[in-house]
Amino acid sequence: MSTETVEIEKVEKKSEPLFSKKNKKLISNPLDIDNPITVQILGVCSALAITSQIKPAIVMTLGLTFVTAFSNVFISLMRNGIPSRIRIIVQLAIVSVWVILVDQLLKAYVYDMAKLMSVYVGLIITNCIVMGRLEAYAMANKPWPSFLDGIGNGLGYGIILIILAVVRELFGSGTLFKGFPFEWHVFESMGIKYQGNGLLLLPAGACILLGIIIWVQRSINGYRETH
Amino acid sequence: MNFLRNQLDKVKHNFERGQKWEKYYYAYEALDTFMFAPNTTNDVKGSQIRDAIDLKRLMMTVIIGMVPCLLFGIWNVGHQHFLAIGQAGATLGDKLWVGALQVVPIIIISYGVGLGIEFIFSTLRKHPVNEGFLVTGMLIPLVMPPDVPLWQVAVATAFAVIIGKEAFGGTGMNVVNVALTARAFLYFAYPSDLSGDVWTFIGDGQAVAGYSGATPLSLAADAATTGVNVVQSFNSFGAGWNEGVFTLSNLFMGIRPGSIGETSTLMCLIGALILIATGAGSWKIIVSVFGGAYVMGLFLNLVGGNAFTQMPAHYHLVIGGLAFGAVFMATDPVTASQTETGKWVYGFLIGLFTVLIRVFNPAYPEGIMLAILLMNVFAPLIDYFVVSANKKRRLQRATV
Repeated sequence: MSTETVEIEKVEKKSEPLFSKKNKKLISNPLDIDNPITVQILGVCSALAITSQIKPAIVMTLGLTFVTAFSNVFISLMRNGIPSRIRIIVQLAIVSVWVILVDQLLKAYVYDMAKLMSVYVGLIITNCIVMGRLEAYAMANKPWPSFLDGIGNGLGYGIILIILAVVRELFGSGTLFKGFPFEWHVFESMGIKYQGNGLLLLPAGACILLGIIIWVQRSINGYRETH
Repeated sequence: MNFLRNQLDKVKHNFERGQKWEKYYYAYEALDTFMFAPNTTNDVKGSQIRDAIDLKRLMMTVIIGMVPCLLFGIWNVGHQHFLAIGQAGATLGDKLWVGALQVVPIIIISYGVGLGIEFIFSTLRKHPVNEGFLVTGMLIPLVMPPDVPLWQVAVATAFAVIIGKEAFGGTGMNVVNVALTARAFLYFAYPSDLSGDVWTFIGDGQAVAGYSGATPLSLAADAATTGVNVVQSFNSFGAGWNEGVFTLSNLFMGIRPGSIGETSTLMCLIGALILIATGAGSWKIIVSVFGGAYVMGLFLNLVGGNAFTQMPAHYHLVIGGLAFGAVFMATDPVTASQTETGKWVYGFLIGLFTVLIRVFNPAYPEGIMLAILLMNVFAPLIDYFVVSANKKRRLQRATV
């Protein structure tokens, strides 16, 4: 070892404001140009499985946002202490803790919903979005931006889920907000006899719908995949 | 005619570059070339034309091939209607009239919606309107039940053209057969209107005592659980109101309830002759679909198991829509295999899967639709293997 040491100039860094431009981007990017579902094509399985009604889509959005945000924070706090060879298992352990928490909360307070969503709450553990954000962002960034990144990606996931769920519920069974106190039988209340479209209630219909959303989004913002 | 030509010429300048309706040039052009032969000719130098066959003529040939099925279908819809309400003595004119009243609106809706969407997309994407919808627009009505609600035809056609075709880039780029996409859409979206007692148009009339809307496929599927001999239940079906409707010869002739154009194996074979004689359809695919279904039927006979598997293999060729699918759907040059060896494999597997789905999946009584859609997806893979096998063979022969 040489005795020569590099003098690192200490720069007095101005502390960044909590919602600086960069931090705001962490929330707004995943909603459109970096959407986890329509651009990164992650987390599609749950997006197809639980969007036949709005209510489970909202619950799933909240659950995933919560898990992603807090897993991001904890991994970010631990990021310098995790040996890189075992980082995936550490990430899984952290994610599982939050998922179990969400699962128990659902079972305690909205048991019907927990039954309806069956394995998909548990499968948040392996949801590509959660793992993807941990690997791509939280492992290299500070807790606060990581938290915002988790919230942003959860909401980006949620916005697609809710679009899917609104269209599927409206045209699949002719209702909106089924299961809420303000449940609305849209076509019945307008006096139209509506015959539900069974294809939209199948996951295959959701897949086609998701394709249409991607088609529309890309023709608006001009996004092209680069090879 | 001159009047129309003059009118078209009068408005033409509005559509040219820089004029007010420039955007709609391709809509204008499509209308113009659809009604009149274009007045532009090739250079003396340039492409060498051997035969004037183009997409439009190919499509018209296929339509001519479908005419026997269509005319027979119109008569059959009326015929079955009068049998079901117990007026077997109705005249030919009455039958054709009732049939036409049911079928013609479906055709108009299918063409109207489909061509409308084609025009919109060609205007948006600035390409000439292709004739790609001519055949599809006729195929869709032929695979519908006679009393399908017209709005469902419209929705299914719109879905098939937008998702089945335009999303992939338009005519010639679609992965799966567009007409079958329309039917598959209805099948999964509104199953209650595409199964059960929908195959005979009854209308305001009262069905006769003993009437049943069962089809050969549903009878055979029932036999799988009850264990009655399939051929016997076919032969005894319809006693009292439509004697002998499911005998082998009648199944071949196709005077039975079913989708508008698919019932008659005979008419499909006439269509097949037209397609093969003009070169519009591949005989290899048609033959191998029938072959695949027959071989699979024989194999199931050997295996045994239940009454459906023991149904004589040749019955598989005349029940359901196998013949129609084999002749008009499987041969679609865009979605079928392109290589000659590949066509044999492609057709054979369609026949095989059709029988497999029919016999082992009672939820989907008609297997040909799903089998063709499945093999449409696999056709490029089949071609890939045929081409790479060919490469390998030639490399072995090569002396370097």
